[in-house]
Amino acid sequence: MSSVSLKKDGLDEKGEPLSFYQLEEHHHPEGSSTMLGFWMYLMSDCLIFAVLFAAYGVLGSSYAGGPTPKEIFELPLVAVNTAMLLFSSITYGFAMLSMEEGRQRIMQMWLAFTGLFGLCFLSIEMYEFATLIHEGAGPTRSAFLSSFFTLVGTHGLHVTMGFIWLVTLMVQVQKHGLIAANKRRLMCLSMFWHFLDVIWIGVFTFVYLMGSLR
Amino acid sequence: MSDTLLKTIFGRLTLESLPLHEPIVVATFGMVAIGGAALVAALTYFKVWGYLWNQWFTSVDHKKIGIMYMVLAIVMLLRGFSDAIMMRLQQAMAFGGSEGYLNAHHYDQVFTAHGVIMIFFVAMPMVTGLMNYVVPLQIGARDVSFPFLNNFSFWMTAAGAVVVMMSLFIGEFARTGWLAMPPLSGIAYSPDVGVDYYIWALQIAGVGTLLSGVNLVATIVKMRAPGMGLMKMPIFTWTALCTNILIVAAFPVLTAVLAMLSLDRYIGTAFFTNDAGGNPMMYVNLIWIWGHPEVYILVLPAFGIFSEVTSTFSGKRLFGYSSMVYATLVITILSYLVWLHHFFTMGSGASVNSFFGITTMIISIPTGAKIFNWLFTMYKGRIRYELPMMWTVAFMVTFTIGGMTGVLLAVPPADFVLHNSLFLVAHFHNVIIGGTLFGMFAGINYWFPKAFGFKLDPKWGTISFWCWVVGFYLAFMPLYVLGLMGVTRRMRYFDDPNLQIWFVIAALGAALIAAGIGAFLMQIFVSIRNREALADHTGDPWNGRTLEWATSSPPPEYNFAFTPVVHDLDAWYDMKDRKHERPLSGFRKIHMPSGTGTGVVLAGLSVAFGFAMIWYMWWLAGLALVGIFATTIFHTFNYKRDFYIPVEDVIASEDARTRLLATQGA
Amino acid sequence: MTDRHATPHDAHAEHAHDDHAHGHDDHGNDHASHGTRGSYLKGFFLSVLLTAVPFWAVMTGAFKDPSTAALVIMLFAVLQIIVHMIYFLHMNTKSENGWTMMALIFTIILVVITLSGSIWVMYHMNTNMMPMQAAVDM
Repeated sequence: MSSVSLKKDGLDEKGEPLSFYQLEEHHHPEGSSTMLGFWMYLMSDCLIFAVLFAAYGVLGSSYAGGPTPKEIFELPLVAVNTAMLLFSSITYGFAMLSMEEGRQRIMQMWLAFTGLFGLCFLSIEMYEFATLIHEGAGPTRSAFLSSFFTLVGTHGLHVTMGFIWLVTLMVQVQKHGLIAANKRRLMCLSMFWHFLDVIWIGVFTFVYLMGSLR
Repeated sequence: MSDTLLKTIFGRLTLESLPLHEPIVVATFGMVAIGGAALVAALTYFKVWGYLWNQWFTSVDHKKIGIMYMVLAIVMLLRGFSDAIMMRLQQAMAFGGSEGYLNAHHYDQVFTAHGVIMIFFVAMPMVTGLMNYVVPLQIGARDVSFPFLNNFSFWMTAAGAVVVMMSLFIGEFARTGWLAMPPLSGIAYSPDVGVDYYIWALQIAGVGTLLSGVNLVATIVKMRAPGMGLMKMPIFTWTALCTNILIVAAFPVLTAVLAMLSLDRYIGTAFFTNDAGGNPMMYVNLIWIWGHPEVYILVLPAFGIFSEVTSTFSGKRLFGYSSMVYATLVITILSYLVWLHHFFTMGSGASVNSFFGITTMIISIPTGAKIFNWLFTMYKGRIRYELPMMWTVAFMVTFTIGGMTGVLLAVPPADFVLHNSLFLVAHFHNVIIGGTLFGMFAGINYWFPKAFGFKLDPKWGTISFWCWVVGFYLAFMPLYVLGLMGVTRRMRYFDDPNLQIWFVIAALGAALIAAGIGAFLMQIFVSIRNREALADHTGDPWNGRTLEWATSSPPPEYNFAFTPVVHDLDAWYDMKDRKHERPLSGFRKIHMPSGTGTGVVLAGLSVAFGFAMIWYMWWLAGLALVGIFATTIFHTFNYKRDFYIPVEDVIASEDARTRLLATQGA
Repeated sequence: MTDRHATPHDAHAEHAHDDHAHGHDDHGNDHASHGTRGSYLKGFFLSVLLTAVPFWAVMTGAFKDPSTAALVIMLFAVLQIIVHMIYFLHMNTKSENGWTMMALIFTIILVVITLSGSIWVMYHMNTNMMPMQAAVDM
């Protein structure tokens, strides 16, 4: 393409005429910002969790004469829950591999497994919460329990959102196939899902394991 | 209707919630209702609803959204400033026998609303609006990275403002001060709706702000014109980048803290309570971890504006561009290491206080470096004292004073005397008005011709300027004196009659500022009336240096027919200097994002949700929440959200510009 | 010269683009972000190991001294987070021209400041300011 003409001093480092306008249209492809934008959102989400961890860090030993971590945490159940989330991560990973290979039906299958593991995780967590509340160890009993329920509960809420998003995406892929937009969305959900597993590492370490050490 | 049924439908909303016994509020409502009705009637009569909906409310164009942010901010400025006038009047009157005209119940809401509105619904929207308008143009882009999200962010901010305004007429607002510290803001001491209005207004607006932050960071990182490396970006874009990084990094903290406060209030958790192991000091700690970066979010864009204005109106490249960039980056990072200076007196002890006192003093250094850079830019320049430059000079003097009092407050022993006194109030108004507000006025006068095609009237602008500057000093210098004498903030009544003269002077200052605001509104009105005489046909009325001045005034929908290629800092100046030629042909159709009403709908549902949560109308909250989810999911099923501007339209637009430029002898 | 290059799997009339024409940073993502079956499995088994050991250590009381135990499980947590970052999130310095990594580092710094800062500040606040009764209760 011909560049725009200059009147004087119009050469660049290579001795080519300087152009000030891009006459061939290389505009930013649709969706080119999506991954970075979503990553930035994830970083902000990370900070929400940081604040909740800080609250737990400060208030986590304020038992107010009520139940302590050792008394209420059932580590075997937490281990099972952790496994559920970890499995869901690997199944999502397999889903992404199938997506790259363009194998839509296999991908949907792996996504379904991911959703199933996610649901197991949520069910176990809700069972845990219900039991605690029933035993009088609900979120209003003490600052320790408030921060416990809020931190773990917020994580659970995020998993729930992820699950809704997963189902929506499965419907959208079914409807429109593995078009670029859907692939972008699947990659964003992938980041989200793995990020939640990273947060869970923090949760089971600092809340459940450390709590049981006290 | 049975009582239970009424309570189920209306929650805790009753007829008593209407403040019919407060004459000031009733009068305000009367005025707002009449004014609002008149506005609606006029819009209907002139049949502009369709135009407003299609061309403005549903627009995803960053320029339109930027303008809407400014309109919102100016409207809310009138509300926030009314609160200021009310306070000044009360404090000037309430001595000796006189109780003034505002009871404590009302007065406490006034100072709370004043702070909340000015920070969240005036300063933030102004800053966001200007960044939204200018940054894509400055980087040679056609729009931001996520145009729909941009529209949504605006409407969520507007929704937050609506919730705050609702509190005036239904129920009441918080009486806790703008940061709503517990235990006062907990359910035990503030059982009424005020704090809940506060929480939901901020949570809703906070979503908008956070997403806007993500949007602008992605835009600046990904959408720059070819050749515009980071160190060739305009300085305003640099400060916008750092500001939005701060937004993404700080607002989640506010979200989480307010959520914990809500849990305390709604379900009885013990985060910030006095009992069950709660710790109200933790709230103070966390809220200021947000609060300090927040004030840098407010001031960094102003610094950027001053850099652009100083450079343009001195006719010189900005002195020390690299050091300005590094100073901005240092401020960004350091802003996370100073937060405790807001509560030296809460009792963390000498070691903690010393650490934060030192970091606070350190953070003043990069700002000082900036002042020197601006002065060196002006030195030996050919300075034109147009309005943007006048505001800049006023900033330099005013902000320096405010900064110095800040460094004074950074010394913990001094702060023990001055914390929560009027000295503090004077300090932060000094830096926010002198910094942010003067910056916004500089930016408004600077970029108004770009946005609308005609300059703002200089005469009324000058009147506004002097009223503001003199008014500011009259209003706040007395407060420094009062603070040093030991007067506490947020008082509505004073015993010592010797103090009154200072408050009267401050009230006079406020009256002068009111005149300044009036003159600003006149300036806009007169400018629109005289727009032919004030018209800018070149697109570059100030002999600017950055790419936004390369477009017409106002720019076409697509900003640039051809993406510019950048070779140097001050790209537009470089293009002019090297006698570039604007392409006159070869245009092609341009890919653009489509407008949508989803943002408006989601924001409306958010208002409904917020209102429902405030009044305990659980059925409405549930419905609104389901609605929000459904609308969002439904929106994502629409994949066709773009269109092309046909090449004929581009040609017509560019040809019109060519003709206009020819008449200017360009 | 036109910008429209149809790619086969794009069912929609969305604007399609050409990856290699300009070597631009828009696509800095494409090559870096995908794992392989092997890498996902490696990450998975590493994670299982890094989870099982801390759980075992705490549940069996293997470490006499709770501080040692705490240090060990924290170390394992950090390691597992790194494993997740590399093998599942495909973190690397190239993605988005290094902006992803920079954003992560900045966030980590802020998380550390928020956590350590809050705990340090609140420890001092509690020591100096909490009423004696409440201090005993806690």
